[in-house]
Amino acid sequence: MKLVIAMLMDGMIYASWLFLIAAGLTLIYGVMRILNMAHGSFYAIGAYAGASLVGFYLAGGYPPWGAYLVLLGAAIFSGIIIGLLVERGLLRFMYGRDEVVMILVTYAILLILEDVIKLAWGVDAYFAYQPYTLLGRTKLVGLSYANYDIALIFISASICFLLWWGLNRTRQGKLLQAVIHDRDTAAFLGINVTRMFTVTFVIGAVLGTFAGALTAPGISVMPGIGIEVIILAFAVVVIGGLGSIGGALTGALIVGLARSASVHLYPEAELFVIYGVMAVVLAFRPQGLFAIATARKI
Amino acid sequence: MTSLIETRALARNFGAVTAAADINVTINAGEIVGVIGSNGAGKTTFINMVTGYLPPSSGEILFKGKSILGKTPRQVMRAGICRSFQVAQLFPDLTVLDNVLIAYGMLKKGSLSLLRPLANARSIQQAETLLEEYGIAEYLPEMVVTLPQGVRKLLDIALAMIGKPEVLLLDEPTSGVAIDDKFELMDTVMRAVRSSGSAVLFVEHDMEVIARYSTRLLAFYDGRVLADGPTAEVMSDEKVKEFVTGHHLEISSPKEPAHA
Amino acid sequence: MKIATILLIAAAIAALAAGLVMPGWLTFMLTLALAKGLVVLGLLLLMRAGLVSFGQGLYYCLGAYCVGIAGDYLQTQNALLLMLLAVVACVALAAIIGLLLCRYRDIFFAMFSMAFSMILYGILVKSTAFGSTDGFNVKPPLLFGWTPGGESSPMMAYGLAVVAVTGVGIFVWNYLRSPMGYAGEAIRENEIRVEYLGVSVRKVIYIKYLLAAAMAGLGGAITALAAGHIDPEMAYWTTSGEFVFIALMGGTGHAAGPVLGSIIFELLRTYAFQISPYTWQMILGTALLAIILYLPKGVWSLVERITKRIAA
Repeated sequence: MKLVIAMLMDGMIYASWLFLIAAGLTLIYGVMRILNMAHGSFYAIGAYAGASLVGFYLAGGYPPWGAYLVLLGAAIFSGIIIGLLVERGLLRFMYGRDEVVMILVTYAILLILEDVIKLAWGVDAYFAYQPYTLLGRTKLVGLSYANYDIALIFISASICFLLWWGLNRTRQGKLLQAVIHDRDTAAFLGINVTRMFTVTFVIGAVLGTFAGALTAPGISVMPGIGIEVIILAFAVVVIGGLGSIGGALTGALIVGLARSASVHLYPEAELFVIYGVMAVVLAFRPQGLFAIATARKI
Repeated sequence: MTSLIETRALARNFGAVTAAADINVTINAGEIVGVIGSNGAGKTTFINMVTGYLPPSSGEILFKGKSILGKTPRQVMRAGICRSFQVAQLFPDLTVLDNVLIAYGMLKKGSLSLLRPLANARSIQQAETLLEEYGIAEYLPEMVVTLPQGVRKLLDIALAMIGKPEVLLLDEPTSGVAIDDKFELMDTVMRAVRSSGSAVLFVEHDMEVIARYSTRLLAFYDGRVLADGPTAEVMSDEKVKEFVTGHHLEISSPKEPAHA
Repeated sequence: MKIATILLIAAAIAALAAGLVMPGWLTFMLTLALAKGLVVLGLLLLMRAGLVSFGQGLYYCLGAYCVGIAGDYLQTQNALLLMLLAVVACVALAAIIGLLLCRYRDIFFAMFSMAFSMILYGILVKSTAFGSTDGFNVKPPLLFGWTPGGESSPMMAYGLAVVAVTGVGIFVWNYLRSPMGYAGEAIRENEIRVEYLGVSVRKVIYIKYLLAAAMAGLGGAITALAAGHIDPEMAYWTTSGEFVFIALMGGTGHAAGPVLGSIIFELLRTYAFQISPYTWQMILGTALLAIILYLPKGVWSLVERITKRIAA
C-alpha cells in the first residue's frame, strides 16, 4: 500500500513537472506546426534566470518569501525576451517551410542558445534551494514530501486549466482555434495570423522559462539541462498527440506514472521505460493518442 | 462481352455521411464509360474504392470474376486497373524524363535493382517514344512544377498507361485544362487507349466531352447510380436532367470553374 | 569500369599512402571523420527519400558496442570479424525496428527513430557491466594477427576507414542511379503515385533503413577500433543530430557530400574547440542556419557549380 502511494505521489509530481515543460511545446506546435527543439533552451534560460536572480535577491537580505515573486518575474521576463527575439528575429523568416526543416532550424537555435547560456552564466552550477526548503515538508503515510513539490502539482493543474479556459472560453482563444484548424481560411477571415503566431510563440516560450524557473530551486542548474529536458518533452507530446493540450496532459501522466513505477520497482529501467512507453503507444497509435485529423489527399 | 470490373452493392460511409451506397456497376471490355454527377456525388469515392485506395464499408468488387476487395492500390494496379487523378499525381521536383523513367523502372519485374542504372540509352528511348505518343516530347527536360496544367494531366495519364491496364479509370481528365485544349487532350488519350485496347471509365463535367467520347454513361447522385445506359439515353433521362445536369444541358456550360 | 570509379580508387590509394606520412593526430581525426561519413552516407539514403532520422546514433553506438563486447567475450581481436559482427547485429536490429518505422513519415519518423536511440542510451547508462556512463575500453584489434604500424598507431583503423568509405561510396553512387535509388526520390516527391506505379513504398523505405543501419554500424565499429574507447554518448540524440547536421552541410545530392561534410565537420570541431570551447555549438548552430538559408544543397553543390563552370 505504502509503495503504491509512493509510486502515485512521485508519479504525479513528475507528471506535473513534465506537463509544465510539454505544454509550451505542444501549444507552439499546434498553432504554428513547429516542433520547437529550442524549447529545451527556454527551459534552461528560465532555470538560470530564476536561480541567479533568486540568489541575488536573497544575498541582498530581502524577505525570503519574495523569492517566489522573483522566480515568477524572472520566468515571465526572460520568456518574453527570448520568445520575441527568436520569433521576430529568426523564425518569421522561415514560415511556410517543411516541418522537418523547421525542426532543423530550431535545432540550430538550440545549439546557439546552449552556448549563449554558457557565455551569460558560465559553466559553474547555480543553486537556489531556499524557495524549495522554505515551504517545509509534509508527512504522508510515513513518507515525507517537500511541500514545494506538492505545490507543483497544483500549479501545473492551474496552468492546464488556464490553457483550456483561454483556448475554449475566450474570444482570442477561439480565434486561435480557427488558426489551428485552418490557417489559410483564418487569414482569409481577417484574423491576424502573424500576430497570433508571435503571441503564441511568446506564451509558449514563457511556459518553457516558467517550467525552468520553477524547477531551478530543486536542482543544480548547470549546462546541458535543456538538452536533457527537450527529449523528455518530445516523448510526452508525441505520446499524447502533437499539438493537443489534453494530449500533453495525458502523455505527462502516462510517462510520469510509468517512470515512478519503474523507479520503485525496477530502477535499471528508469530511462528505458519512458521511450519504451512512447514506442508502444506509437506502434498502436501512429499519430499519438489525441491526433489532429488530416484531410483527403486525392 | 466479358465483364472486367463488376461492383456489387458497394457502399462507403464517412461517419454519418454516405459517400456511396448500393453501387452496382459493370464495365465490359472495350467500353468507354462516362461518369457525371455533381461534386460530392461519389465519383472519386467510387474510383478510390475500385483501386484499393479507400476500403468500402460494404459490398464487393470483382475484376474478371475474382474479388479484388482488400487489395492495395499497388496490387490492383498490378492486376490491370490503372487510374489518373483529378489533381495530377506526379513527381514535381523531377524532370518529365525522370518521371517517365521511374514509372517504367518501377514496372519491371524485379524492378528495384540496387545497382543497375535506371537511365540508359534504351530506357530513355522508350520514354521519348511514350512522350511523343502523347505529344509532349518537347517537355522532356523540363521540371514538372513548371509544366502547364494540360501537360501535367497528359503526363499523369501517360504514367497510368505505362502499366498497360485492361481498365483505365480517369478522374476528371480535362479539369483545369483550357476549354480549347480539352478535345485535343481527349483525342490524344483516346488514340492511346484504342491502340492498347483498354476499357475506359472517365469522370467528366463537360457534357460536350461526354457526348463526344463516351458510349455509355453513368449518372451519380448523392452517392448512388441514378442512371446507367447508352449516353444519349441517360442524357435525356428526366431524373438525370433534374438532379445531375440541371436544365442547361443544351447550353453545355463551358464556363465550368476549374478544379485546382 | 567507369573513369569516375578508377579516379576514386586512385584517390583512395593516395589517401592510404598519405596515411604513412601524416602526423598521428591527423590520421586519427580523419579516421573519425570517415567513420562518421559512413553513418551519414546511410543517412543520405533516407534523406533522399524525405526521411530525416534523428536516431542513426542507435546503430552507430550498437556497432561500436558490438566491437567492444565481442572483443571482450568472444576473445577475438580480428578487426574484420568484429566489423562484420557489428554490421550483422545492426541489420538484425533494424530488421525489427524497421518494420515499425517504415510506417512513419516526417517528424514522426524523426522523433520515433530518436526514441529508439534513446532507449539504447537508457539501457547502456544503467548497465554497470559495460561501465554505464563511462563506457569501457576496446582491446586493440588485429588484422590477420598483425597490427600495422604497431599497437599505438592509428594506421590500421585509418586504412580500414578509407577502404570502407571507398567501397560504400561506390555502392551509394551506383545506388542513387538505380531504380531503387530513384524510388527514394519518387517517395519523397509523391508516395501516392509510387503506390499506383505498383511499388510498395514501405518495402523501399525498409530496404533503405536496413542499408542505413548497416552503414551506421560499420561507422560505429571503425570508431570503436580507432578510438579504443566507447561510451553511451554515441547513442545520445545529440550524436544523431550531428549526423543530420553533417548530411545537410555536405549535401545529399551526391555520394561525395557526406564524406566531404564529415571531414569539414571534424576539422571545424578540432579547431573551434581549441580556439574557443564555449562557442563551438554556437558556430555549429549558426552554420546550420546559414546552410538552410543559403546553401540548401550543401557544400557539395558548390563543388558541382565550380566544376561545371570549369567544364563550360
